[in-house]
Amino acid sequence: MKFLKELATAPPTAWFGMIVILVYVIVAVFADIIAPFSETEVVGDLYLEWDQTYWLGTDQLGRDVLSRLIYGARNTVGIALATTILSFLLGGTLGLIAATLGGWIDQILSRIVDVIMAIPQLIFALLLLTVFAGRAPDINLGFTSIAGASLTLILVIAFLDSTRVYRLARAVAMNIVVMDFVEAAKLRGEGLGWIIRKELLPNSMAPLVAEFGLRFCFVFLLIAGLSFLGLGVQPPTADWGSMVKESATLISYGDITPLIPAGAIALLTVAVNFVVDWMLHRSSGLKD
Amino acid sequence: MTDTNANGQSGDILLQMRGIKIDGMADDVWNPIIKGIDLNLHRGEVLGLIGESGAGKSTLGLAAMGYARDGCRITEGSILFDGIELSTASDEAKRKLRGSRIAYVAQSAAASFNPAHKLIDQYSETPIHHDVLDQETARKDAVELYEKLRLPNPSEIGFRYPHQVSGGQLQRAMTAMAMSCRPDLIVFDEPTTALDVTTQIEVLDAIRNIVRQFNTAAIYITHDLAVVAQMADRIMVLRYGELVEEAVTEDMLSDPKEDYTKSLWAVRSFQKPQKPLAGPEETSVIRIENVTAGYTSGDMVLHNVAFDIHRKRTVAVVGESGSGKSTTARCITGLLAPKEGRILSNGEELPADYRQRSKDQLRQCQMIYQMADTALNPRQRIRDIIGRPLEFYLGLTGAKKRERVRELLSQIELEPDEYIDRFPGELSGGQKQRISIARALAAEPEFIICDEVTSALDQIVAEGILKLLFRLQEELNLSYMFITHDLATVRSIADEVVVMLQGRVVEQGPKDQMFTPPHHEYTDLLLSSVPEMDPEWLTKLLEDREKNKPGIELAGN
Repeated sequence: MKFLKELATAPPTAWFGMIVILVYVIVAVFADIIAPFSETEVVGDLYLEWDQTYWLGTDQLGRDVLSRLIYGARNTVGIALATTILSFLLGGTLGLIAATLGGWIDQILSRIVDVIMAIPQLIFALLLLTVFAGRAPDINLGFTSIAGASLTLILVIAFLDSTRVYRLARAVAMNIVVMDFVEAAKLRGEGLGWIIRKELLPNSMAPLVAEFGLRFCFVFLLIAGLSFLGLGVQPPTADWGSMVKESATLISYGDITPLIPAGAIALLTVAVNFVVDWMLHRSSGLKD
Repeated sequence: MTDTNANGQSGDILLQMRGIKIDGMADDVWNPIIKGIDLNLHRGEVLGLIGESGAGKSTLGLAAMGYARDGCRITEGSILFDGIELSTASDEAKRKLRGSRIAYVAQSAAASFNPAHKLIDQYSETPIHHDVLDQETARKDAVELYEKLRLPNPSEIGFRYPHQVSGGQLQRAMTAMAMSCRPDLIVFDEPTTALDVTTQIEVLDAIRNIVRQFNTAAIYITHDLAVVAQMADRIMVLRYGELVEEAVTEDMLSDPKEDYTKSLWAVRSFQKPQKPLAGPEETSVIRIENVTAGYTSGDMVLHNVAFDIHRKRTVAVVGESGSGKSTTARCITGLLAPKEGRILSNGEELPADYRQRSKDQLRQCQMIYQMADTALNPRQRIRDIIGRPLEFYLGLTGAKKRERVRELLSQIELEPDEYIDRFPGELSGGQKQRISIARALAAEPEFIICDEVTSALDQIVAEGILKLLFRLQEELNLSYMFITHDLATVRSIADEVVVMLQGRVVEQGPKDQMFTPPHHEYTDLLLSSVPEMDPEWLTKLLEDREKNKPGIELAGN
């Protein structure tokens, strides 16, 4: 009830963001049904113009661009989401543990994170992706399968991004750890798990959720960027970053097709940011 | 500006407020906070506003300046200040008045000063802005006022930054600042509430003197009746935004008319019967044996602290802030391992670190905190807050646990059905403190540390808490260690008293003995600094102290 009431007071920008995200989610989930052709099927000649059958034409191998755009939503958004969740699980847990235990555990974790953050993220990502390329097996989760290359990508980016999450989670939790109710729980004899799950987490959710949205955007952009460089999602999997790369040259012939996946990336980023802004605004307690 | 004030006779009406109504915004709805109050203030008069928190004292005080806080609005009434109607005056006109003719002294001087500027620069800002004085004169003037307010080193203290002076000095510096333009009216909003009793005296004295010297009218807001008795010529008692009673101070103290006022006056009368000292053969529930402790390897905060707490007894540990009271509690709970000495529970040594203590040892010693706001997890419901120790220590689950939570809630005098599903944010301060008590009780301890449990509460609410604690002690055979700086609390509930100063126990013994002379001179200073309900008290006390100077040196201000 309360949540619905909050929703009603959301500003138009937040509404716009939420609707866009919803559309993306629907497209990603129902890609099989919505897309006119399959992701990898060659359906016609190369570089066909936009027409009745191929709404956005075909690409350099003769695959339907619209279908690939729709499947791309599933792949790109899915991978970015999996990466962000993983990085929050890893960074968030370690950050909360470091804040609660303090002492040398905090020191060691924090210094490791400092070292990782000292190396530029893109360069570190390129390095790790090159080192681990082809090492990960394809895995089948039943409802979906993840290509080995995508798995490597998810793990590497999640690892790198978790350092930022760690810093935030630790900083937020530091302010809560000093509260008397945490001391009371410690004196009661509660274990680390209880203190983190029941005392710290509920009180640090708001900034972490807002950060989740923001980090999702960055991860999303990073993956798109890596794909554009050819190190991200590997063919034949459809992905917006690599779609831009593959059709980039068309721009010189006045064809705007490469702008469409790029626009899809931009639109989602803007939408998520609108929603995050709104959530940050609420969690900061500012009314107007 | 100074002329009008100096020539102004006490007797002229300076401020006249008629039918003031103020609304406050809560949960997106406007609720009335002040429901139609009339107020008259003559030149040179000090008016005391008292009442519980939420009574609307501060809101009314600010309204006297024509100001409404964010989320408040003055809906009705007229505020006539020296012939100027403030409720309709333009913002510009009001801004000109504030600082120069009406000044405000806030509760927390530490939070109200700008930490980046020297005191004297902050002093000069207002008079220069209002073109009353130039830089040079303003500085000279500041030094003069600092001297009048008996600040140490008046010629130098202004060149310090706010963090370089003590709380009491800061509060006086702020009073000096309010005085800088020689205003006609100063609103004091709980100026001494955050100070120790020994420091409070000096600030009260300083404020009283300066207000008299310059014939300034003042509105003095406080919840401490004894303080208002010293300061005010006239007292207004407020409750729920309405006036309960108004009278001249002497009459109000000697002959209150309304029941509510009488109940306020009776607060300090609660006193539990003192229990005799425990026999030497009786094992103490908690024994602190020659504990020396500190937070870093260098400075020790506690030096050789030793005292016993016996079954069903309340030991009050008193002292100023920084005297080591709370550190002693941290040693007992095991949050701070002592460098020397040990803690015994029923004759058995407790491990120094709480992490090494058994579940049962932890259960036996519970703690109630000063700020119930931070002591209760804001994201847990009352049923979970109280239910967790039951589940954790006693293994109660399901219906049994629910039943016990309800039982505990009735024990602390809260209606179970109404409160069990609430979050702490939906309770008042006193109710939150009761929940903290219930959480401690849920563990079925034999010993509870109460760390300043009533100091954040209004007197009536605090008295309710003290009575509750006393009743529970009788029913459940509890022992209390009661940390406090409020000697009125000590008087009402302690059996034994331990006085601490700079990490040492300077005196200890049964309460009746502690409250009869002769005592250690520090105990004496503490005891004599507690305001009494006699309007002449402060005057007499200061005269006494003037005679035997050495006693004051100990305040170490």
